[in-house]
Amino acid sequence: MKENFQVIGKSHPRVEGMSKATGTAQYTADISFPNMLFCKLLRSPHAHARIISIDSRAVQAHPGVLDIMTGTELTKSFGVLPVSKDEHALAYDKVRYVGDPLAAVVAVDEATAEAALALFKVEYEILPSFMSVEEALQPTEDPIHTYTRRGNISKEVNLEFGDVESGFAQADHIREDLFYYGASTHMAMEEHATIATTDDQGYLTVYSSTQTPHYLHKAMADVLGKPAAHIRIIAPTLGGGFGGKSEPFSHELVVAYLACKTGRTIKYVATREEVFYIHRGRHAVLMRLKTGVRKDGTITAMQYTNFVDGGGHASFGVATLFYTGIMATTTYKIPHYKFDGVRMFTNKPPAGPKRGHGTPQPRFALELQLDKIAEELGMSPIDLRMVNIVSPNSITANHLRITSCAIAECIRRVDSASGFSEKRSSLPPGKGIGFAMSSYLCGAGLPLYHNPLDHSQVMVRIDRSGGVTVYTGSTDIGQGSRSIHALLVAEILGLQQEDIFTISADTALTPVDLGSYSSRVTFMSGNAAIKAARELRGFIAEAVAKKLETPLKDIIFHNGQVMDRNNPGKTVTFPEACTLAEDHAGPLVTVGGYKPPELAGPFKGSGVGISPAYSYSAAVIQVDCDAETGLVTVEKVWIAHDIGRVLSLENALGQIHGSVYMGLGEALMEEQVTRGILLKAPSVLDYKTPTSLDMPPVESIFVEEPDAAGPFGAKEMGQGPILSVMPALVNAIHNALGVRIDELPATPEKILKALEDKAKGGSGRYGKTTEPSFQFSKPRKVARPWDSPYGEQEPYVKWQPEQSEVA
Amino acid sequence: MKTVIKLNVNNVEHELFVPLHKTLLEVIREDLGLTGTKHGCELGECGACTVLVDGVPLLSCITMPVDVQGKKILTIEGMGSMSKPHPLQTSFTELGAAQCGYCTPGMLLTSKALLDKKAAPSRDEIKAALSGNICRCTGYLKIFDAVELAARRMHDHDCCGAGGSACHGGEVPA
Repeated sequence: MKENFQVIGKSHPRVEGMSKATGTAQYTADISFPNMLFCKLLRSPHAHARIISIDSRAVQAHPGVLDIMTGTELTKSFGVLPVSKDEHALAYDKVRYVGDPLAAVVAVDEATAEAALALFKVEYEILPSFMSVEEALQPTEDPIHTYTRRGNISKEVNLEFGDVESGFAQADHIREDLFYYGASTHMAMEEHATIATTDDQGYLTVYSSTQTPHYLHKAMADVLGKPAAHIRIIAPTLGGGFGGKSEPFSHELVVAYLACKTGRTIKYVATREEVFYIHRGRHAVLMRLKTGVRKDGTITAMQYTNFVDGGGHASFGVATLFYTGIMATTTYKIPHYKFDGVRMFTNKPPAGPKRGHGTPQPRFALELQLDKIAEELGMSPIDLRMVNIVSPNSITANHLRITSCAIAECIRRVDSASGFSEKRSSLPPGKGIGFAMSSYLCGAGLPLYHNPLDHSQVMVRIDRSGGVTVYTGSTDIGQGSRSIHALLVAEILGLQQEDIFTISADTALTPVDLGSYSSRVTFMSGNAAIKAARELRGFIAEAVAKKLETPLKDIIFHNGQVMDRNNPGKTVTFPEACTLAEDHAGPLVTVGGYKPPELAGPFKGSGVGISPAYSYSAAVIQVDCDAETGLVTVEKVWIAHDIGRVLSLENALGQIHGSVYMGLGEALMEEQVTRGILLKAPSVLDYKTPTSLDMPPVESIFVEEPDAAGPFGAKEMGQGPILSVMPALVNAIHNALGVRIDELPATPEKILKALEDKAKGGSGRYGKTTEPSFQFSKPRKVARPWDSPYGEQEPYVKWQPEQSEVA
Repeated sequence: MKTVIKLNVNNVEHELFVPLHKTLLEVIREDLGLTGTKHGCELGECGACTVLVDGVPLLSCITMPVDVQGKKILTIEGMGSMSKPHPLQTSFTELGAAQCGYCTPGMLLTSKALLDKKAAPSRDEIKAALSGNICRCTGYLKIFDAVELAARRMHDHDCCGAGGSACHGGEVPA
């Protein structure tokens, strides 16, 4: 692999950085058109009710109102996963949570639209609401959705790899715990916004704050019944996503429909309160985890059971449920593994994907339980991990293929930087230090709808001035993907990042990319960009070699020049080289594609969790806990991430810092909960997030062991680093105070209750003690890759890593 | 009910005829077209709408325009430009202190108010000054670094080479 990089690995300002710093960056809500109208949505005040009638006469008569819409006008269902299309542009039969939109009004301005909303007269038949998993599990005549035909069950998964009972029989020590991970929301600073406009031929252009323009494009064509070629989706600058803008939304379809119907440009901007009710954030999960170990700490079996609170729609929930049950094996060798999970519909804002998507909850349970097991075995938490970690180029019991894996090095580095091993028995009372580790995917191995095509395509075009433009369908949600695309192409063409212009997230201009989710952009779209740039480079090199009468193999691209590496006199500038190339090969436009290898295992459900590579993280957190108040001050975080290769230094640090920040928020304070049928904290003030005063210093350690299939060896960085943070923090609280907080967020109240319990001679644990009664279905027994009929070789047998085309 | 208000925004005098209930944020964004000032909560909770009024950070989403007549309002557009950025704008860009960028205008103006008052603030003073501005991307760390870097450059006049009192810190001169 090429090691002497020209631009990779260095500090680069974002390509759009100065536009953000000068206020000129245009977010969706900043865009205006002449004679633009405004749309507002009527949202349900009830958690669960049948819509009997909607009287909109007074609304239509209101001065300034141009049009209204109710659900019966657009009844085709949609949903981001084809198996669970359970949403409608507007609810027309039932409302399923407070905030569920059921009517829309379009008026000359926002204030008029808002005022007109109050004039809708809706008759509801209020139905019993299901505000918890327990309530949702009760038998009912009126389930929230009927399509799953199993009461309020959104999805159930039961899988067993190997035979857990025989695994537990081999254990010297078995531990079983209940854990609860509370819901939280993304709270991206930019509120969701959409503008739709049509031209004189009825061509529809939609500007929307979306992480997934391609999926929105598909849903839009399907629901509106309009050819996709007549629809253009543009994601302008996005003010953060974190998963909260990664599926088609009601407001997007409504605004587009009304723009087509009225022939006018229509804008919708959610209020902050609406954003909290739109939600799609972290699922609350109640978990039972049972792990068997030998005396030396070797894991013999693991059984994981969970109850997932899904809210009013499926969203990504089917995938989320799978994710809760399949990622333990990517960090530890677990010879026998069983997973039972159920996701319930409840009458709350729908839960969905948030940074880490379904994996932070089981990771929390697993890393806390391993801390307890280490204590019981008299082992160091790190030694216990070291005994069990997966090896590079191995396969897990549940058929996940591990390629590069530098977790051991991450653990060593973070331990030595933090002094964890020494400090965990030497800190003064009230201070504590905790450890946890994790892994995450570098992009989902399958698209959200079945198709055999590339997951990412990137076009690179060179104009007659030698100007290079990269076209990618991925959205820069603030993670810096526009810059990364420019950087990768610059490296190959011997240019600087700022020489290259990136056009992103515009379905009319950019080739298809599945979107900015599952940590897939740098890995997948990055590989596609490299492929396109290499092809262009080939055309240019050939033309220059011919012109300079030099062997092709001696042509190099460096610092804006194309030259003979052995003869510095033989040089042309990059623009001159491009002219030669166009003359030689025709227009300089290439498209590169990326599709991950086929990795799905031989069982239903094996499509979730597969990925072309996994990243690894290890974190140590030091805290100072006040036993009087229960307040936790985070003193420092050390985090090591197996990144493969650092592409852009500031971007990589930014993802680590942001992950640590968001993880600390979830661990200590963030809570999306209902009080009655309403959200308890639907505002920035009430929904507590860490401020500048709460943020500790972070020591970030990059472990660079290039991945053979990654773009220049890089792996994901946006989600993996959050996962270790929550459990490391709670393990640190235990080290400080001797209490176990088995529930997030670990608020001062919970810590004080645990301390009280301990003072009374109890175990000093705070957490759930009961779980709903539910008879899980019989698991699908899946033979492990080393069982018959797949061959009977050694467990975790090594794979030959595939070589990247871009190495 | 509408009323005439006179606002000095970025050293330009505006006479506007606007509904009395319209907030300063709405007037700045909708009537003046200065969309660099962001709305994040409309309730004075997130800091994205921060502007400087006579040098003091104010939440424009809960400020009434009539109350700031006759005062000097500075928005992000007046702080500097692509061609002549304020040192804070440069350091935020260089260090990746703006990720999604939505909180950035408010962060920058609050930071400017701090540096105008105190040329070399400690990290604790920076943290305290920015505690009303919420950022969900950066974990704040690069923002602290960027404020410190700009402070150093402004002190050394690395930003404009003018030196001494001739350095305007990138601000548009009155």
